[in-house]
Amino acid sequence: MTTEVQDTPRTGELEIRAIPPKHPWRWAAAAVVVLLAAMLVYSMLTNPRYQWDVVFSWLLARTILRGLLLTLALTAVSMLTGILLGVVFAVMRGSPNRLLSGAAGVYIWFFRGTPLLVQLVFWFNLSALYPRIVVGVPFGGPELTALNANALISPMTAAFLGLALNEAAYMAEIVRAGIVSVPAGQLQAASALGFTRMTTMRRIVLPQAMRVIIPPTGNQTISMLKTSSLVSVLAIPELLYSAQIVYARTFQTIPLLIVVSIWYLALTSVLTVAQGKIERRFSAGEET
Amino acid sequence: MTQHMTRPLLQAQRVYKNYGANEVLKGVDLDVMPGTVVCILGPSGSGKSTFLRCINHLERIRSGRISIDGDLIGYRQDGDKLHELDEKAISRQRAEVGMVFQDFNLFAHYTAAENVMAGPVLVRGEDRTSARARAIELLTRVGLADKVDAYPRQLSGGQQQRVAIARALAMRPKLMLFDEPTSALDPELVGEVLDVMRALAAEGQTMIVVTHEVGFAREVADVVVFMDQGVILEQGPPTAVLNNPSNPRTQSFLSKVLT
Repeated sequence: MTTEVQDTPRTGELEIRAIPPKHPWRWAAAAVVVLLAAMLVYSMLTNPRYQWDVVFSWLLARTILRGLLLTLALTAVSMLTGILLGVVFAVMRGSPNRLLSGAAGVYIWFFRGTPLLVQLVFWFNLSALYPRIVVGVPFGGPELTALNANALISPMTAAFLGLALNEAAYMAEIVRAGIVSVPAGQLQAASALGFTRMTTMRRIVLPQAMRVIIPPTGNQTISMLKTSSLVSVLAIPELLYSAQIVYARTFQTIPLLIVVSIWYLALTSVLTVAQGKIERRFSAGEET
Repeated sequence: MTQHMTRPLLQAQRVYKNYGANEVLKGVDLDVMPGTVVCILGPSGSGKSTFLRCINHLERIRSGRISIDGDLIGYRQDGDKLHELDEKAISRQRAEVGMVFQDFNLFAHYTAAENVMAGPVLVRGEDRTSARARAIELLTRVGLADKVDAYPRQLSGGQQQRVAIARALAMRPKLMLFDEPTSALDPELVGEVLDVMRALAAEGQTMIVVTHEVGFAREVADVVVFMDQGVILEQGPPTAVLNNPSNPRTQSFLSKVLT
């Protein structure tokens, strides 16, 4: 059977065309969204109470930048400590020793089961529970040295302890999920080749666990950046509390909250881009 | 035969193993001469895979002794007691024995070549360039010269298993253990793996193969071993064990798998 290819359909012959479906409601919804967005932009530009001049005058102010720096420092130190402790608790959780895995389980249960804000205030008030922190023989034995808890647990220590210990509980679960995601058969193959447990952990388990660990760790870091604003209740001059100090004096509440939001958005955007880059680096062997 | 004068490469004597109250191996004795192929047949749950995993100490034994080249595996004997060796010594012994698993167990984050290089580089500390050259040579030998830089998930089951064989061979093992190497493969892929094993046997590699492939055992094995319920019921040349089994349990097993 032969068919001739026609350049142009002959007149009178039926031309069969596929018509893409029309989506009138999609267009209607899009129109509503555009309208609402235009209203929002219009009000932002015309409502004088936004006080954009105040926003821009404070955006790069020294006190705000110092708060920003403290937010970054708190995020970095708490995350790093949280990750390290998280790895320790993850390994404990997977230990064949029931006491070790049980202890890690209780830790995770406690720190994930109570609100961070409550934990922070608890650490802040630790001296009410333990006025003196004693180094010595336990259960009433002789004391080597005793420290005043009030002096030891400064608001900054309380903030750091609260954020890091809470983060460790979440990271423990994340790291654990990464370790168990590596098929047991690969561990046997490594043993059979003569790998030590240490080499197997470093070369086979962790590189593959990373693929599972890194995306949620990125989310945790972004979340930590924002959650660190909770320590403002302990009067720590991080980004939010620095702004609160200013508006308590000048009553420019809204413009300063906008300043704070701009900075949080900028930082989370940078972290999101960095997270994507790192995730791509660790996906070897994934692509088909 | 010229081998009956030499010492066995593998000697297993009265090997017992249990998981709790469940006795899996009840006194296994087996000698494997260098350069020979031993195929272990038997119904599932007969303890044949467990026995194989005791040979490179992936499983602890309860009593007995397993030695390779006169070297007691996994333990140090002190009178009538066995003390488990430390991790370093066990790893050194395992490096001398190659193992191929039912599920291939390739390292998913490594390419085919990197899988083959893993042992020489990470265990023996060989330099990467020469290890890679040798990996390519081994992959060529198993017919995968064009898959050197492929990741396991880009390979078929048969190809993955051939990489796994090359990975084990890279350590120049005295003894190769195959734990049901074709059981997880689609039927059309079984042949390519058996071909590689056949070629290895022809080169004189000492091999112990736990398998359900009776045809392969008949053709390649020097000795066929029939295991059931944790003991060796019968062993000998394939013609004797496969054609004229003396034990009724061997007869019944063979009548089921040969139909």
